[in-house]
Amino acid sequence: MIDPLSVFLLLLSASTPILFAALGELVVERAGVLNLGVEGMMITGALAGFAVAHATGNPFAGFVAAAVAGAAISTLFAALTQAFLANQVASGLALTLFGLGLAAMFGKPFEGVKAPPMPAGPLGINWIVWLGLLAVPAIWWFLTRSRRGLILRGVGENHEAAHALGYDVRLTRLAAIAFGGAMAGIGGAFISIATVLQWTEGMTAGAGWIALAIVVFSNWTAVGVLAGAWLFGGVTVLQLRLQAAGVNVPVQLLSMAPYLATIIVLVLISGRQKYSRRAGAAAPGSLGQNFHALR
Amino acid sequence: MIQLVPRTGASGLWQVATPVLAVLATMLTGGLLFALLGHDPVAAIRTIFWDPLFGMAASYSRPQLLVKAAPLILIASGLAVGFRAGIWNIGAEGQYIIGGITGAGVALALHPLDAFWIFPAMVLAGLAGGWAWGMIPALLRNWFGASEILVSLMLVYVAQRVAAWMAFGPMKNPEGFGFPGSRNLQQYPSASNPELFANTGAHWGVFAALAAVVATWVLMSRHIRGFHIRAAGTAPRAARFAGVRPQVLVAFCLGLSGALAGAAGLFEVAGPAGQVTDKLGVGYGFTAIIVAFLGRLHPVGILLAGLLLALTYIGGELAQLTMQLPAASVQVFQGMLLFFLLGFDILTRFRIVRRVRA
Repeated sequence: MIDPLSVFLLLLSASTPILFAALGELVVERAGVLNLGVEGMMITGALAGFAVAHATGNPFAGFVAAAVAGAAISTLFAALTQAFLANQVASGLALTLFGLGLAAMFGKPFEGVKAPPMPAGPLGINWIVWLGLLAVPAIWWFLTRSRRGLILRGVGENHEAAHALGYDVRLTRLAAIAFGGAMAGIGGAFISIATVLQWTEGMTAGAGWIALAIVVFSNWTAVGVLAGAWLFGGVTVLQLRLQAAGVNVPVQLLSMAPYLATIIVLVLISGRQKYSRRAGAAAPGSLGQNFHALR
Repeated sequence: MIQLVPRTGASGLWQVATPVLAVLATMLTGGLLFALLGHDPVAAIRTIFWDPLFGMAASYSRPQLLVKAAPLILIASGLAVGFRAGIWNIGAEGQYIIGGITGAGVALALHPLDAFWIFPAMVLAGLAGGWAWGMIPALLRNWFGASEILVSLMLVYVAQRVAAWMAFGPMKNPEGFGFPGSRNLQQYPSASNPELFANTGAHWGVFAALAAVVATWVLMSRHIRGFHIRAAGTAPRAARFAGVRPQVLVAFCLGLSGALAGAAGLFEVAGPAGQVTDKLGVGYGFTAIIVAFLGRLHPVGILLAGLLLALTYIGGELAQLTMQLPAASVQVFQGMLLFFLLGFDILTRFRIVRRVRA
C-alpha cells in the first residue's frame, strides 16, 4: 500500500524546480519577452548553488548564489534582446547552449562531491519547497493586484502603448528577465542541492524546457503554473514508482513519461486556446516582439 | 547622442562582415577565458584554430574536418530553410537520432545478407525516420497550434531514450557478450559507410551535404516554394494574402529539415560511429543551429560555417589532449559565437547615427 501523504511530499519535491523556473518565466512572458534560455539559467544556478553550498557548507548560501548566478547570466540575454534588438528565439537558444557549456566546463571539479545536508523546514518539508509555494500567491498578487504588475502587463500586452504612456519598456523587461533568471537559478539549485545531492553534467535534463511548456499550459497565470508543476511532479513520481516497483517496461521507456506528458498537455491546451472563442486571449500581445522606440 | 536608424534592407556588407567579427570576438573572449583558467591564451587559440589544419598532427586531424562538417552542414541546410520562414525546428538532434536508428534498423534486420541495395535502402530509411520525427511537431502545430519549438525539443529527450532502449534492448548485438550497443556496421560491408578516398575523411555523407547545399540554394533562390518561404518569413500577412498557406510551409520545412537530419544520423551510424548506442546523439543537431545562423541562413555561408565549427570540435579535442583544456570549452566557444553573432547583427539591420539633439 502506498501512503498518499508520502507520495504528495515526493510530488512537492519533484515539482519545485519546475515551479520556480516556470513562475520566473511567467513574469518574463507577461512582460512580453520569450526567453528560451531557461534550461541554461537553471543549469547555471544548479552549478553555482552547488559550488557555494559545498564551499560554505551552508545550503541556503547556495540558493542565494544560484539566484545571483541565474540573474547574472540572464542579463546576457537581456543585453542581446533589449539593447541589440536580437531575435528572442535565437538569443534564448544561445543562452541555453552557452549555459550548458559553461556549467559543464566549470563543473568538472565538483563531480563526485556530496552536497551539505539541508535542515528540514516546518512539517518536515524543505524550506525551499515552502518558498516556492509562497511565491505562487505572491506572484499572483504582484501580477493582478499591484501597480507595478499592471505596468509590467501593459508592457507585455502592447509595448507601443506603454511607451507612449511614459513607461520604460526596456527597464521593465530587463527587471523581468533578471527576476526570471534568479527564479530559474533557484529551481536549478534545488535539483543539485536538495534532490540529487551532487553535481552531474546536464543534470537539469530538460526541466527548463518543461517549465516553458508549463507557462503555456498555465494560460499565463500563477495558479495555472502551480497546477502544471504539480501535474509534472505527479508524472515524475509515478514514473519513478513504476520503475521501483519493477514493472515489466524498460526503464528507458518509462523515463520518457515527463516529456511525452509535456507534449500531450501542450497539445491539449494549445488546441483549446486555438479553438475556443476567446482565441489567443491568454498570451501577452507583444510576446516575443522586440521594442525599438523611434521617438 | 547615438541613435539607431532601421535600414530599409539588410546591409550586404555587414551580412558578410558580422560573422567574421563574431569569430574574432569569440577568439578574443575565449582567450581571455582560458587565461582566467590559467592556460596560455595564445597557445590555446592556436591549438583550436590552427594546429588541426597545419600543426604536427594535421595529417590525422585534417580528414576529421570533413567527418565532423558533413552532418553539421547537412542538418543546418535543412534548418536554415525553416528559420527563413520563422519555423523553428530546434529538435534536429532528435531527428538525427531517429534517422540513425531507422537506417541502422534496415541493416540489422537484413544482416548478414550481402546485396548492393542495402546501403541505399538504409539512406531512404534514415531520411524517412527523420522526416517522420520532424512531422510530429509539424502536425501538432498545424492541427492544435502547439509550439513546434517546445514539441520538437521534447522529442529530443524522447529520441535519446529510444536510442538507449534500442541499444540495451531490441537492437543489442546478439554476439556482443552482453555489452549494450548494436552490431558494428563497419564490419558489415553491404551496410557500411566507409571513407571513400583514403585520408580525406570523405564518406557518402560529405557528398550528401554538398548536394544539400546545392539543392537548398536552388530551392531558396530559384524555386517558387523558396520564394514563398522567404515571403512568409519577412511578411507573413502579405504572404498569406498572396496565397501562401502557412500550414503547407510548416509541414514542408519541418519535414525537410527532419529528413536531412535523419540522413545525417544514418551516415554517422553507418560510418564514423559504426553502431547504435545510447550515446548516438552527440550534439550535432544543436551545433547545426549555430552553423545555420553563422552561415546567415545561406547555403554557401552554411558550408563555410560548418567547416569552421567542425574545426572547433577537432581543435577542442586536440586542446583537451595537449593542454588539458576542459572538454566543454568547445561548447562554451560555440555558445559565445552565437551570442556575438546575434549582438553584431544589429549592424546589418540598423545604421548607427550620431545626432546632436536639437
